[in-house]
Amino acid sequence: MLGRLTLDALPFYSWVAMGGAGVTVGGGLLVFCLITYLRAWKVLWTDWLTSVDHKKIGIMYVVLALVMLVRGFVDALMMRAQQAFALNSEGYLPPEHFEQIFSSHGTIMIFFVAMPFLTGLINIIVPQQIGARDVAFPFLNSASLWMTAAGAGLVLISLVIGKFSQAGWTGYPPYSGIEYSPGVGVDYWIWALAVSGVGSTLSGINFIVTIVKNRCPGMTLMRMPMFTWTTLCISILMTFAFPALTVVAAQLALDRILGFHFFTNGDGGNMMMYANLLWIWGHPEVYILILPAFGIFSEVVATFSHKRLFGYQSLVYATACIAILSFTVWLHHFFTMGASSNVNAVFGIATMIIAVPTGVKIFDWLFTMYRGRIEFHPSMVFTIGFMVTFVIGGVTGVLLALPPADYLMHNSTFLVAHFHNMLIPGALFGYFAGMNYWFPKAFGFKLDEKWGIRSFWFWIIGFYLAFMPLYVLGFMGMSRRMEHYADPNWQPYLIVAALGAVCVLIGIVCIAVQLYVSVKTWGSARDVTGDPWNGRTLEWATSSPPAPYNFAVLPEVRDIDAFHDQKILGLAYLPAERYEDIVMPKNTMLGPVLGALAFALGFAMVWQIWWLAALCLILSLVGVGIRACNDDTEFVLPAAEVERIETERLAQITPADLHDMREYAPRGAASGAVLTGRA
Amino acid sequence: MADTSVSLSILEEEEKKSLEAREFGFWVYLMSDAVIFALLFATYVVLSGNSAAGPTSRELFDLGHTAGETALLLLSSLTFGVATIAMGQGHAGRVVQWLILTLLLGLGFIAMEVWEFSSMTRQGAGPGTSGFLSAFFTLIGTHGLHVTLGAVGICVMIGQVLVKGLTLPVRSRMMRLGLFWHFLDIVWIGIFSVVYLPGVM
Repeated sequence: MLGRLTLDALPFYSWVAMGGAGVTVGGGLLVFCLITYLRAWKVLWTDWLTSVDHKKIGIMYVVLALVMLVRGFVDALMMRAQQAFALNSEGYLPPEHFEQIFSSHGTIMIFFVAMPFLTGLINIIVPQQIGARDVAFPFLNSASLWMTAAGAGLVLISLVIGKFSQAGWTGYPPYSGIEYSPGVGVDYWIWALAVSGVGSTLSGINFIVTIVKNRCPGMTLMRMPMFTWTTLCISILMTFAFPALTVVAAQLALDRILGFHFFTNGDGGNMMMYANLLWIWGHPEVYILILPAFGIFSEVVATFSHKRLFGYQSLVYATACIAILSFTVWLHHFFTMGASSNVNAVFGIATMIIAVPTGVKIFDWLFTMYRGRIEFHPSMVFTIGFMVTFVIGGVTGVLLALPPADYLMHNSTFLVAHFHNMLIPGALFGYFAGMNYWFPKAFGFKLDEKWGIRSFWFWIIGFYLAFMPLYVLGFMGMSRRMEHYADPNWQPYLIVAALGAVCVLIGIVCIAVQLYVSVKTWGSARDVTGDPWNGRTLEWATSSPPAPYNFAVLPEVRDIDAFHDQKILGLAYLPAERYEDIVMPKNTMLGPVLGALAFALGFAMVWQIWWLAALCLILSLVGVGIRACNDDTEFVLPAAEVERIETERLAQITPADLHDMREYAPRGAASGAVLTGRA
Repeated sequence: MADTSVSLSILEEEEKKSLEAREFGFWVYLMSDAVIFALLFATYVVLSGNSAAGPTSRELFDLGHTAGETALLLLSSLTFGVATIAMGQGHAGRVVQWLILTLLLGLGFIAMEVWEFSSMTRQGAGPGTSGFLSAFFTLIGTHGLHVTLGAVGICVMIGQVLVKGLTLPVRSRMMRLGLFWHFLDIVWIGIFSVVYLPGVM
C-alpha cells in the first residue's frame, strides 16, 4: 500500500537530521499558523495561488527563491563549519550526512534558487518591457510555477521523510545507480529535477512565444531592452537544453527502478553517456543562469549612469553568440574522460572563445559608465561588484579551459571556487541588483538603500573570504567534497573560508532587515509615478504596482529607450483619448492542483507507491484534457473600469514628482541649443 | 445589449491572436520534443552494439513486422491529412469519419508494437537484458507513448467536433493535433532508418 515507505523513514537516527526536519516542519507550521491568524487563506488562494497574472506569478517565484536561498545557504554554512574543524577528526557530520548536504546545496541553489529567481524577475518585468498585457500563455505560466514549487517541495520533504541524494548535485552513475545508492535519496533528486525541469521547459516555450508574438507596435527586435534580449536567448536555451535533463533523469530512473542498463558498469551500460547528456543540458544551464543577470546589469548600468547603454547592438550579438556557443562546450566538464587530445582541444578552444563575447559585454558596461553621472544605488553597487569579481572568475575559467591544466585541477576546490566565482557575482548579484531595481515596480515602494548597501558589502567581502582560499587549496591539492582531511596546512584556509560564510550570513540577514525596514516605512518611500529611477525602458511607464492589464493603451515605440524617449517628447503620463475594453485571462485553480499532483506523483515514484503515481498521472492528464477543451478562459474588463483606474493613477501624479528631462533633450552639435522635435 | 456585442468581437479578435500564439508555441514545443528524440537516438546509436550477453539486433528484428507498423502509421498520417482537408471544407461529419479511421490505424500500430515488445520480452530480450535493449525499448517506447497520447487526443478531438462543431478554437486544436501526429510519423521514419534497417543489415 505504501511501497517502500515505513516509519524508519523518519529521521530519528541523528540529532542533526532531526534538527533539520524539525526546522522544516516547524517553519511550515509557523507559516500555516501565521496565515490562519491573519485570516489570509481566502485572499491567498483567490488573489495569489490561483492567479495567472504574470506579476503575481513572478513575485511568488522570487519568494520561493528567497526561501530556498536560506535553506541552501544553511547547507553551505554546515559544510564550511565541518571542513573548518575536520582536520584528522570526524567533525560533527558523519560522511553520509555530509554527502547529502553538498548534494542538496548544489541542487537547491541551481534549481530552486537561481531558476525561480530569474524566472520570477523575467515574469514581472519582460511583458512590461515589451509593452504587453501578459505573457502568451498565462495558465501555462501558473502551471510552470507550481511544477517548480512541487520540485522544491520534494527536496524539502526529503529532510523529513527519508534522505536526500548523496551522489552530488550532478548525480554521476554508477555511484547514483541502484547498486551503490539503494536508498530513496537519488530518487528524490531525480524527481525534484524532473518535475521542475518540465516547468522550466514550459516557461521557456512561454517566453519565446511572448517575446516573438506579444511585442507592442514599433518594438522591433533591435529595439528590445537588453533584459528582454537575454530572456529571449535563455528561453531558447531552456526549451532546447532542458529536454536533455528530462532524458537523462528518466534514463537514470529506468536504470534504478526497472533494472535498465544505460549507465551501469556491466551489461552494456555506458556511464560516460550520462556525463555527456547531463552536461548537454548543464552547460547551457550555466548561461541560463548568467545571461538574465547580464540583462539586469545592462539595464541597471544605463539607468544609474544616466546614459544610453553603450554598444547596444554589440551586446545583443554578444548575448546571441554566448547562447549559441553554450551548446558547443559541454565536454569541458569532463576533459578527464579521456577523449582524444584533438577532441579536448576543440572543446577547450570553444570554451576560450566564449570569453570573447563576455569581454565585449564587460567593456560595453564600462563604457556606459564612462563619463556618466553614476548614482550608487544598491543595484548599481552590486553591478560594479560583479564586474570586478566576475573578471577574476572568467580568468580562472580560461585556465580551466586548457585541458592539460584541467587534468591537474579537475574536481579540486579550485573548480569549486571557479564556479562559485561565476555564479555568485555573475548570477546572484544580478538577481539582487534586479530585486533592488524592480522592487518598487512590483510593490509600489522602494527598498531601503542603506541596508541594501550593507548587504552588498557583507556579500562581497564574504564571497572573497570564502572562495579565494579555495583557489589556493585547489593548488595545494585539496579535492572537493572532503568530509575530513589530514593535511594541517589546509586548515587555516578552511577557517578563513568558514568566516567568509559567516560574513555572507550577515549579508543575508541584511537583506531580511532591508525587507523588514522597507515594509515598515513603505509610506515614505512610495513610488507615485511608477518611475522612481528615471528609467529608460517601458516597464517604468506603467504604474507601480501595475494595473492588472499593465498598459491601458498599448504604447508605440520609436527608439531603443522607449520610455526615456516618451518622457523627452512629453508623451508620458498622458490620459488616453478613449479607453477600450481589455480581455483578461481568468484565474484558475488548475495550476496549483497540477503542482500538487506533480508533487504527489514525485513522492509516489520515490517511495514506489505505484497506485498513487498512476492516480496522479491520470488525474493530471484529465485536468490538462479538460483545460484543453475549455473555450471560456477569458473575461472582459470594461473600458469604464480601465478609465477609472487610469484617471485615479494620473490624478495622484503632480508635476513635482516628475523627473526633469530638459538636460536629456537632444542638442545641436554646433549651437548646443535644445532641438525641437526629433533629432 | 450593444455592449455585449462589442466585447464579444474583442473577445473573438483576442481569441484569433491567442490561437495564433498557440500554434507558434506548439511548433516550439515540437522542436523541444524533437530534442528528446534526438538524444534518445544518440543514446541508441552509442549503445546499439552493447548487447552484452543478450541477443543482438540481427537476431531480434523482423523487418516484415516493422514494415506492417510503418504502413499503418504512414496511412494514419494520410487519413489525418484527409480529415484536415474535410475540415477545410467544413464537413464536420467527414472529419469525424476520417478521424475514426486514423484512430483505428493508430491503435493498430500500438497493438503491433505491444505485441513486438511482449514477444521480445518472452524471448528473454527485455529492456533489462543489455544496454542495447534498454536504449531500444526506451526510444521505441517513448515514440509509442507519444502515439498513445495522440490517440487519446484524437478521441477528445472527435468528442469536441461532435459537441461543438468546427468552431475556431476546435479547428486550431485540430491543426495542432495534426502537427503532433505527423511529427510522430517523421520520428518513426527516423526509427525505421536508424534502428531497424541497420539492425538487420
